[in-house]
Amino acid sequence: MKYAVVCILFVSDWLRDEKTLLTTTRGECMARRKPPLYTVHDERGAKFTDFGGWEMPVTFDSIRTEHDAVRESVGIFDVSHMSEIDVSGPDATELMQRLTTNDVAALSPGTSQYACITDDSGIILDDTVVYRLDDTEDGPVYRFIPNAGHDGQMTDRWASHRDEWSLTATVDNVTTEWAMYAVQGPDSEPLVSDAAGESVADLSRFSAGEYTIAETTCLVARTGYTGEDGFEVLCPTADAEAVWNALDCQPCGLGARDTLRTEMGYLLSGQDFHVDTEPRNPYEAGVGFTVKLDTPFVGRDALAEINKTGTTQRFTGVMLTERGVPRSGYTVTTTDGDEIGQLTSGTMSPTLSEPIGLGYLNREVADGDTVHVLVRGEPKEATVQTPPFITT
Amino acid sequence: MSFDVPEDRNYLESHEWTTLEEDTVTVGITDFAQDELGDVVFVELPSEGDTVTAGDTFGVIESIKAVSDLYAPVSGEVTAVNEALFDQPELVNDDPFGDGWMLKINVSDDDTSDSLLTAAEYADQIA
Repeated sequence: MKYAVVCILFVSDWLRDEKTLLTTTRGECMARRKPPLYTVHDERGAKFTDFGGWEMPVTFDSIRTEHDAVRESVGIFDVSHMSEIDVSGPDATELMQRLTTNDVAALSPGTSQYACITDDSGIILDDTVVYRLDDTEDGPVYRFIPNAGHDGQMTDRWASHRDEWSLTATVDNVTTEWAMYAVQGPDSEPLVSDAAGESVADLSRFSAGEYTIAETTCLVARTGYTGEDGFEVLCPTADAEAVWNALDCQPCGLGARDTLRTEMGYLLSGQDFHVDTEPRNPYEAGVGFTVKLDTPFVGRDALAEINKTGTTQRFTGVMLTERGVPRSGYTVTTTDGDEIGQLTSGTMSPTLSEPIGLGYLNREVADGDTVHVLVRGEPKEATVQTPPFITT
Repeated sequence: MSFDVPEDRNYLESHEWTTLEEDTVTVGITDFAQDELGDVVFVELPSEGDTVTAGDTFGVIESIKAVSDLYAPVSGEVTAVNEALFDQPELVNDDPFGDGWMLKINVSDDDTSDSLLTAAEYADQIA
């Protein structure tokens, strides 16, 4: 048995001979970044994988156990590989507005929004959540969360555009200063309330506030990536272990994070879109709702045009009706064998025990259509279904 | 973490195990392999009567997170397939050296397979 094909998340760990080194595309060796609790997770028995240059837990027990905990009760993910960039100062709102697709001016302190970061042609460079924190005397303060390994690139992007546009704003890459946990599942609210010593019931979806957990001031937001009710908690790196322990519940790795988000049809940066290998705009990626064409942002004109003409493909889902598991890179055809798209994600759904996939299919393909997914070249029958595959 | 490596069988570097009784070899994957894969959700195997060739793939195993080829330890004809795995692929996780077996192969006379690893050699490999 050898790993012949492995989805991009789980590049065969066991084949590498040096645990802490990886080779970049330029052939250099660099140290993998580790979350503050790497040793704690290691001692707990976690298996690790490289993700975005970070060595992160992929499983603690098993994907199925962890997945079920989140769907049925509550689980906690260490997502400290996510980037954090703070933007503040008199022109902070304008800088954020001009570099993200959503309407940043609509945010008040203590709220957040999901957005895309696009290039001039409207291609998604990354997706992110933008939080507006409390104002200071220098003006508004934002913290946005790009995906793993994008912190350097996005900090540079923000700083260079600030200079180009002569805006007054401070851009700080604070990724290493914060640990980030996602507490997700129907029982997350009482768990976080207990840890905070006060109810978080009034925190509405996409709002955020400061709470004290393990005697540490944390930013707690009602956000997540699983489809369940849940919270994301940012705490200072120095207090990472105390806060993790205060939020004690089933620890979950990136494996369950992937199956949970795939059941919901949420995009995975770098896999369902990537500026070089899977260049997509927000409309075809199914996140056109983040694009506010009445705001001035990089990529706006191109996206206005695409919005008028429409896209030839759309991000959607398939469920196999024959035995097999759909995976990233598999071709989708009509039952006559004409190619109509490609999958970018796929797994066996732990909730449904059905094989599900996500990808880009030609727009004329409709829900309920029977198609073929080529599994190692063999056509397997599947039904088109716009995600989410489950109701939460 | 330590893994079971039963003494009463041989191993491939690619993490299959084999036992030989008279002319028939039984094949499965090791405890180490099932643990690396995680939750097994699908096993694709040849049919009875098919022939397999030493060193070539005879099937595919998929877990939630990964896809792996399975390699034949010997050349010969498939005489039995563990059809229970089609409905209960998790048997590979639960009992890799027992109920999770995959194939029985009648070894052909012209089998040219390389020598297999002993339990001690395989245990060294995964240590």
